[in-house]
Amino acid sequence: MKEIPEITMSAFVPEKNSPLFNEFCQALESFDRRRAEEIFQQALTQGSPQEIVEQLIAPVLEKIGSDWDSGRVALSQVYMSGRLCEDLVSKMLQTEGIAFPEDQPRQAIVVLHDYHMLGKRIVYSILRTSGFNLIDYGRMDVDELIERVMNDRITVLLISTLMLPSALKVQQVRTGLQARGAQVRILVGGAPFLFDPNLWQEVGADAMGRNAGDGMRILRQWQEESL
Amino acid sequence: MMTAMQRVLTTLSHHEPDQVPLFLLTTMHGAKELGLTIKDYFSRAEYVIEGQMRLLHKYGSDCLYPFFYAPLELEAFGGTTLFVEDGPPNSGMPIIHKVSDIDTLIPPKVTTTACLVKVLETIHGLKQRVGDTIPIIGVVISPFSLPVMQMGFDRYIELIYEHPQHFARLMAVNEAFCVEWANAQLAAGATAICYFDPVSSTTNLPRERYLQTGYPIACRTLARIQGPTATHLASGRGLPLVEDIITTGTAVVGVSSLEKLSQWKAAAAGRISLLGDLNGVAMRHWTPAEAESKVKEAIRQAGKGGGFILSDNHGEIPFQVPDEILLAIGEAIKHWGRYPLEWCNE
Repeated sequence: MKEIPEITMSAFVPEKNSPLFNEFCQALESFDRRRAEEIFQQALTQGSPQEIVEQLIAPVLEKIGSDWDSGRVALSQVYMSGRLCEDLVSKMLQTEGIAFPEDQPRQAIVVLHDYHMLGKRIVYSILRTSGFNLIDYGRMDVDELIERVMNDRITVLLISTLMLPSALKVQQVRTGLQARGAQVRILVGGAPFLFDPNLWQEVGADAMGRNAGDGMRILRQWQEESL
Repeated sequence: MMTAMQRVLTTLSHHEPDQVPLFLLTTMHGAKELGLTIKDYFSRAEYVIEGQMRLLHKYGSDCLYPFFYAPLELEAFGGTTLFVEDGPPNSGMPIIHKVSDIDTLIPPKVTTTACLVKVLETIHGLKQRVGDTIPIIGVVISPFSLPVMQMGFDRYIELIYEHPQHFARLMAVNEAFCVEWANAQLAAGATAICYFDPVSSTTNLPRERYLQTGYPIACRTLARIQGPTATHLASGRGLPLVEDIITTGTAVVGVSSLEKLSQWKAAAAGRISLLGDLNGVAMRHWTPAEAESKVKEAIRQAGKGGGFILSDNHGEIPFQVPDEILLAIGEAIKHWGRYPLEWCNE
């Protein structure tokens, strides 16, 4: 068994690129479940569950997400890393259901119009594991989505698409919500937005996340702005 | 002046033809030409034959592309296709609901599966029209990438990582189907087969995992396809795999606009031909001047010495791309694609 890197700080604050951070990253990317669990358990002896989520899990997943965008890691690694962390965190917290803490806006994520669910599943998994509360709407068409957003009083909506026609339908969501007087921030992501960097503005979104890590950063920024 | 077939064969032998070949991979645009919905258009072989011929004459592409839509292969396995009015059809519900379903999966018989026979009739009809003057490009989804539709991408990734025995069984089924399907298209008149393999892209899978999975599958499958093949990663990255892809025995590789075409050229020149790399999604709002500029840049990066076919980077032009731009691409290649490309030296 490899040695676990020592954590020398009194509080649990693993710096980015510290041995612990890098080892955990590497274990996730290579889907070394045993190694990831060892590091996670070791970390738990030195930090609270909340600290582990906020200062280890979230930044590592954010980095892996960003590394996909640069081509350093593959989508399968992002997905399996998110799933592995989901397992670790759910075992730790045994969380159930959805409860909105007061300091988080009402948020939902959806695949609009098309049927490609992987991107949404990755983002949902990584955000949930990193402490974000959001409702998973699954796959919806425009009208159904607008109704749900209105009924649930959603203020931040994440929309994932893979196909260009689906991405263009974000404009209909924006127009429909405006017509109903809803103040909703829309964050979009998916292949069409990567291949056409102006598309998110064309369809009336408020931001585009190039990857799961980028999405996390934008949501944090929006939360800070709303405080 | 060369025929399209001569032009393409010359570039594939890594010599310079009269002009850079253009593969304008339009599929759904045929429905526009015939005034049909996309669903109706793909319902009959005659429609697609007529649509492809009209597109050929309109845009001056150097190939015919009787590709219907990716979920057609899922249909062959008993799945469904969901049509939309303005884009490529989506695949319906997966046919593999749980891993153990793989134990009883059998490959469909090509010659008795109606949706596949329709494509074979289309290829045969096109061959009757053009003979050996225009390459006809058949399409298969690779055995390694088909499971994205058969079981959903998330569960397929889990299968690759966590269920090696069922993964091997699924690949055996898909390889048998893919080889029969590719060879049937060649027998019907296809000149070459485009092997769509996006899961093998480093966008989707790390190289070390590809070498254990998508790579040996491609080697085995391509060796059994009785004609030339082009490997297409459907806009995913592939440059770190260039040496591996070359050794699979494929003749052409599709290049993503996420990568530098010039780097691909440097890595591959004389050994594998390049197909790409115009950005189809961005193409929707190009001006004719931008289209000309993009064509010129691609030719500058990869045209010299042959071994290059200009195309989009995904393997299908989006339905939303207007005629004006497709015509501008055709005009630009006539102007800037004439060998010996002396302007590239300026």
